[in-house]
Amino acid sequence: MKTVKVGLGTCGISAGGEKVYKAFQEELKEHPNAFVLKETGCIGMCYSEVLIEIENGADSSVFYGEVTPERVGEIVEKTILSDDTIEDWLAVKKDNTKNFLENQTRIVLRNCGIIDPGSIDEYIEKGGYEGAKKALTTMTPDDVIQDVIKSGLKGRGGGGFPTGVKWNFTKGAKGDQKYIICNADEGDPGAFMDRSVLEGDPNAVLEGMIIAGYAIGADASYIYCRAEYPKAIARLRQAIAQAKKKNFLGDNIFGTDFSFNIKIKEGAGAFVCGEETALIASIEGKRGMPKFRPPFPAISGLWGKPTNINNVETFANVPWIILKGGDAYAAYGTDDSKGTKVFAMAGKVKRTGLVEVPMGCSINEIIFDVCDGIVDDKKFKAVQMGGPSGGCIPADQCDVKIDYKEINKTGAIMGSGGMVVMDETTCMVDVAKFFLSFTQDESCGKCTFCRIGTKRMLEILERITIGEGTMEDLDNLEELSGQIKNASLCGLGQTAPNPVLTTMKYFKDEYIAHIQDKKCPAHVCSAILEYTINDACTGCTICAKACPTDAILGDKKELHIIEQDKCIKCGKCFTVCRFDAVVKD
Amino acid sequence: MSQQQSDNFKPFNVDLWKYDGQEGALIPLLQSAQDTYGYISEKAIDYIAHITGIPAADIYGVVTFYAQFRTKPLGKYVVKVCNGTACHVNGAKPIGDTITDELSISYDETSDDGNFTLLSVACIGCCSLAPVILINDETYGRLTSPKLRKILRQYKRKVKEEK
Repeated sequence: MKTVKVGLGTCGISAGGEKVYKAFQEELKEHPNAFVLKETGCIGMCYSEVLIEIENGADSSVFYGEVTPERVGEIVEKTILSDDTIEDWLAVKKDNTKNFLENQTRIVLRNCGIIDPGSIDEYIEKGGYEGAKKALTTMTPDDVIQDVIKSGLKGRGGGGFPTGVKWNFTKGAKGDQKYIICNADEGDPGAFMDRSVLEGDPNAVLEGMIIAGYAIGADASYIYCRAEYPKAIARLRQAIAQAKKKNFLGDNIFGTDFSFNIKIKEGAGAFVCGEETALIASIEGKRGMPKFRPPFPAISGLWGKPTNINNVETFANVPWIILKGGDAYAAYGTDDSKGTKVFAMAGKVKRTGLVEVPMGCSINEIIFDVCDGIVDDKKFKAVQMGGPSGGCIPADQCDVKIDYKEINKTGAIMGSGGMVVMDETTCMVDVAKFFLSFTQDESCGKCTFCRIGTKRMLEILERITIGEGTMEDLDNLEELSGQIKNASLCGLGQTAPNPVLTTMKYFKDEYIAHIQDKKCPAHVCSAILEYTINDACTGCTICAKACPTDAILGDKKELHIIEQDKCIKCGKCFTVCRFDAVVKD
Repeated sequence: MSQQQSDNFKPFNVDLWKYDGQEGALIPLLQSAQDTYGYISEKAIDYIAHITGIPAADIYGVVTFYAQFRTKPLGKYVVKVCNGTACHVNGAKPIGDTITDELSISYDETSDDGNFTLLSVACIGCCSLAPVILINDETYGRLTSPKLRKILRQYKRKVKEEK
């Protein structure tokens, strides 16, 4: 019997996955028992959503990409009822040597897109909850911590602090009640690793938390999840309910005297709540503002009790480490950074989606070998890592290894795993402005330098992008950056200037082009572009009507022209033109 | 607000407050209020202050701190423009401009007839379809200005027909 799995992560759903799923349900009515229909999470090939897998026995399967409800009938007819493969629709083409999945090492994503995340039994079949069982029934809490320290696992949320050491702090802290918190407030624009793990394999995160709770001596825990992730929250609720029934959660787990419970707290949309102390304040029902550390949450956290906070990806690694041993995990990676890292690939790369690679692999290998290079084979310019806290790494330095220390040397950070690829059509000043306007917006306002300093920096960048910048502005940006980094309490402010600093370091020529030549080399900053109309113009007059300054001349059905001295470069003609006849340079 | 007035107020899931018997349930309570009414009105804040004993000013502070909470009602069709990084580098700005032009509303505004609200949102997770917008729960991806105008005009026609 063949099994059809439809990828119904958020990426799949937004591409129309539910309609495809329904179409298969309809087909099942017509051909009862012809196949088994299942849903699964995201396998990472977001570039070809809606993605389905047709499994024929254990070893043989085909992936079809960009499936539409209209294609379902033909797929059932040919591939399911007969054994024909429809070559044109394959997501993984046979002649494609740069295979997306084969170039990866999947530990965190071991089950994502493979099992039905709504079924705890499928997770158990894949060895699920064996790690928790091993820890609780055969290891002492200290054994567990030692194994995690041995694995070299570091906090995957961006901090990069050794996980086992952090656990040891909280274990050693005095307190009658201790808490575990899973930080699922993934807020970096361009990052969606944690969401995919929660949607595709929620039990792995729960299991990691149970093991952490046992190691630390905590019996209560929270998952702080973004409210913008409704699917992930639904998956978690379902997984928690199923785990309770199986007694993986609750009292006397695996017949031991260890008890553990997990509650979900929905975040309410504040980027700063990714910071530990702000997150705790938010769970306590307050405005999510960071506090001064020390005391660290390990000593005094949620409601003043010792609290251990880890990120989703960190927890998802833990069951694997316990089951296979810390040494097996440490076998992957470099001297400094062990194991694997998940990256969310976005931007101008051919294969956008999720990839998991061993540490020590280079950025170029990820972009060109796993993700097949740049869209339209344009020129690769830079990659942005670490979101608003990170920085841009120029193409000529992308042979750098994925390693906490090596990445830091470039001025960027490992971050939580967002990797945005940029080509020659991306303006680096605009990118810096984009990230800064994000942090400016999300600054909680507690520290003056973060609140006002980022505002001043943003104003300077805005001036530069409209061609009114001066060379002095560049010095001011640098000076302000240093002050904001030094005078901010939490990571948000301390890292907010990074995108500006790294783009100024590697792409100063672009800043200078904006300031001195009043040109945007990537043709993005509309205020300093020149708009013209080419032969594609049909004379529909729509641009002339839209122009607020009557700068566009031309009779009906005749080629139009833009009077440059009247043009205020608002770009309106460019957005209204239906014939791509308005050109900007 | 007097006792009688607050009793008249259509209740939302106030049990959330008792949830756990712990402080900190204020945010779930506000989320429940917003789920029920679409936004958090002054009335709702007064009501929550009344049942929790938290000063209304503190509640207002929490409401305005978090991006999720709205203090104004939304339009019938909520147009959300994804401004995540992938959409940004793929041209989210001209997409926003096109909507502003077509619907005559800016970000965070609702049209006078109450039909459309325009919001900017962080990554909605379909980076592969960038640039992307959501109209209520429907996703539209790989947009260009002309394609988007067609979509928006369909909604405008729909609004007229519904009248």
